[in-house]
Amino acid sequence: MNAERQAELGTRRALKLTVIGTLAGVFSGLFGVGGGTVMVPLLVLWLGYGAREATGTSLAAIVFIAAFAAATQGAYGNVHVLDAIYIGVPAIGGVLLGTWLQQRLPTRSISLLFAAVLVASAVELITR
Amino acid sequence: MIGLIAIGVCAGVMAGLLGVGGGVLFVPGLVIFMNLGQHQAEATSLLAIVPVAIVGTFKQDGYGNVRRHDALLMGLLSIAGAATGVALANAISGTILRVGFALLMVLVAIQLVRKALGEEPKGSEPPGASAVHAADGSET
Repeated sequence: MNAERQAELGTRRALKLTVIGTLAGVFSGLFGVGGGTVMVPLLVLWLGYGAREATGTSLAAIVFIAAFAAATQGAYGNVHVLDAIYIGVPAIGGVLLGTWLQQRLPTRSISLLFAAVLVASAVELITR
Repeated sequence: MIGLIAIGVCAGVMAGLLGVGGGVLFVPGLVIFMNLGQHQAEATSLLAIVPVAIVGTFKQDGYGNVRRHDALLMGLLSIAGAATGVALANAISGTILRVGFALLMVLVAIQLVRKALGEEPKGSEPPGASAVHAADGSET
């Protein structure tokens, strides 16, 4: 492969990453989530990422995406800082627990459990 | 308050296990337990995601799962999209936004179930030792 072709591939790659980042940003800002739901499948499909690399890289991008979106929401006066601390600090403990569990438990049953929690919360949200 | 802490821990476990930010549980937690409106819950969730994602990133980086250059590029270039998304969210009513969010949750649930059922029953391989990088080809 010559240098020109390689440079072209690099440009296309950067363009794909820009598109994925922008889509994830819109999704994150609209729904108040990190945007991993959008990034992980696109990294796998468009850039040939493995599943674990896709989640790891998406998590790193989420740091910036969520920070930008939170700052913008802050300008609208929607951010409740104290509540963010109440829910965010226990979650840090949860992350450490989760990564510890990941090495010791089959993720299959846990994934199914989370799916059930999500559907139940969705019903609760709609029927409120 | 206890409910909020519990959902925080759950969201964190989900983030650590599945490599997400936890927002998909933060938002309903804040609506249900703190009675925040949909807009406030989403905004607050975004702030709570930041420290969780930072800790998760360090962990994942330790396993060699983070492509730093790509992550930085996507993260920094998301700023216009993030501002657009927030403006969009604030332009529509809380009810519509809440229904949309519920649909998103169901979608994520379906993704989780499909992944779980497609997975080998032997379950957890240690992170980082991930053998299968399907069709990885020219990358790295």
